[in-house]
Amino acid sequence: MPPSDRRIWDHPILVFERGKKVRFFFEGVEVEAYEGESVAAALYAIGIDVFSYSAKLGRPRGPFCMIGKCSSCFMIVDGVPNTRTCVELVRDGMRVERQRGLAPIPSTTPPEGAEEEVLEADVLVIGGGPAGLSAALEAASYGLDVVLVDEHFRLGGQLVKQTHKFFGSKELFGGLRGFQIAEVMSEKLSKMSNVRVLLRSVAYGVFRGGWVGIASRNKLYRVRPRAVVVASGASEQYLAFPGNDLPGVMGAGGAQTLMNEFGVRPGEKALVVGSGNVGLIVSYQLLQAGVKVVAILEIMPSIGGWFVHAAKVRRYGVPIMTSHTISAAWGSERVEGATIVKVDERFNPIPGSERDVECDLILISVGLAPDARLLAQARAVMRWVPELGGPVPLRTIDLETSVPNMYVAGDASGIEEATSAMIEGRIAALSIVSKLAEGRRGVEAAEKAKKLVDFLWNEYRTSPLLSRARRGKEKATVSHEEMEKLRREFPPAASFG
Amino acid sequence: MEIPSFRRTGVISVEELRSLGLLPPEERLRKGPVAILECPEQIPCNICVDACPSGAIRMDKITDIPRVDWDKCVGCGTCVAMCPGLAAFVVDLSKPNRAYVTVPHEFLPVPREGEEVWLLSRDGRRVGRGRVVKVWERNRTWVVTVEVPRELAMEVRAVWVER
Ligand code: SF4
Ligand code: SF4
Repeated sequence: MPPSDRRIWDHPILVFERGKKVRFFFEGVEVEAYEGESVAAALYAIGIDVFSYSAKLGRPRGPFCMIGKCSSCFMIVDGVPNTRTCVELVRDGMRVERQRGLAPIPSTTPPEGAEEEVLEADVLVIGGGPAGLSAALEAASYGLDVVLVDEHFRLGGQLVKQTHKFFGSKELFGGLRGFQIAEVMSEKLSKMSNVRVLLRSVAYGVFRGGWVGIASRNKLYRVRPRAVVVASGASEQYLAFPGNDLPGVMGAGGAQTLMNEFGVRPGEKALVVGSGNVGLIVSYQLLQAGVKVVAILEIMPSIGGWFVHAAKVRRYGVPIMTSHTISAAWGSERVEGATIVKVDERFNPIPGSERDVECDLILISVGLAPDARLLAQARAVMRWVPELGGPVPLRTIDLETSVPNMYVAGDASGIEEATSAMIEGRIAALSIVSKLAEGRRGVEAAEKAKKLVDFLWNEYRTSPLLSRARRGKEKATVSHEEMEKLRREFPPAASFG
Repeated sequence: MEIPSFRRTGVISVEELRSLGLLPPEERLRKGPVAILECPEQIPCNICVDACPSGAIRMDKITDIPRVDWDKCVGCGTCVAMCPGLAAFVVDLSKPNRAYVTVPHEFLPVPREGEEVWLLSRDGRRVGRGRVVKVWERNRTWVVTVEVPRELAMEVRAVWVER
């Protein structure tokens, strides 16, 4: 392997089975990658840090989220600017160029043209992560026709990059590693003939009459489902500091995608900002990938995530610096270091406490924001709930929003964690089944939903570790009567069923 | 409510473990290997309860702190392999002048039986060297038993291999 190859070949947990070699052109030079890699991962693997230069100041930019939610990895691919290279698979002969400022939009449409197809479905599930997969499986197991849409080229959402074992119980996939849960669920789903999966596809809008538009590669789908489950997940929150746009400043989740999904080492020496579970887990995974973690910074006076996750990194000598934050990142075309600072009780930097640390990777893990834009667009009544990370749709206890038969589940309903997301996905699906399925099966589904609701609220969420999320979800949950009132007061743009 | 110190540091002290009732009594430790679950936070999780072949771990509801029945526990280490929080350990003080600690391990290289490895404390200090006496694996978590000086039995919670 070439000396600049950042690919991981030996890993304690993961086995990277690389596909056959693919050759493409980067800035006119032929480079090698492996089938199944994204363009962003393949370039990163061979040591490319700068993906573009910003529009106004020409500042270097590198990938940030790695899951198609930001615009940091935009490049020109086969002449098409603004291509999200993190969700674009490598192909033989493709031409990839750095984008310098705003690139002109090509005047010709692709020669293949675009097809249109109208789909029939009982249930449309948007998002193939833990919540969406659970919803699709549950609905399909009752014989409903399901269409499952996901932006990525692989199902599983953020489960695919989770190498740690999940808590919970055996019935809830506890004890399995996240990527193994994704494998089990995807495998099950692939055997169901009444599920149609659309990958690399975006549900971009809800239209009058209950139509949903889905944009796929060179294809446009229209579907008018009887019910929808929005399980579109979350995006990583950002932090303002000088130098935060330097290549090497990355979302913690972005680094996870690189190292655990594609087996590419995101850096050599990492500084992690934020000690919630994501920051703690990613730090442990960095160590497993052979990356040194110089420190985890936490602006609060105590650690954000769960003790057991913190203990795992402390044992291997990673310092967790509470009441500390980052004040600047420096470097020219890649992070070379950071200035960190101690803060007082009001989170103001204490002058004179600045300290420089050397690192080539800065991971931001300061929280997630729910991605419920499709619901907002359908004019679901939304509420800003700080405990849940931002605006979320109001919903009934069975997760129906103010858009009739449009449900929400998982992080899109408010940030919590993957096991609750799976339970929510099932509750939403079962509630739909209870309305759509005839006779005994419908009754059975309603009972099952009730049991799960009871378990989620009266057992699972009674853990003090989930009290913040619980408080948030309480704020976002309204009674059926209240929901009817909301619907009259704020009529939705569409309805389903 | 005051924030416990382990929430500020990520390191739980022996005193904290004792006051939470998570440590087996001295006599029990001297009888043979026994599990210590350093899991003080009511995680919604009961994997260890399900995994223990001796039925030695109790929990009424999924959000309880797991409690080991020290008399039922045979120190087999299954919970060490299965605990998603990597919070289960086994300590054995039954042999004179030395102790055995069993820890989970998920790093390369994997320790070999007979090999000397670094002994790490809860805060990541290298507190000594110890000989590995047993290694087994389940779903890519290696369960490593290492011989340690007796006074370090309650300190060592990880190992590190340098080859
Ligand atoms: S060591 Fe074995 S017997 Fe003891 S609690 Fe753990 S699994 Fe059960
Ligand atoms: S399996 Fe581990 S994390 Fe889960 S309850 Fe038991 S000791 Fe705690």
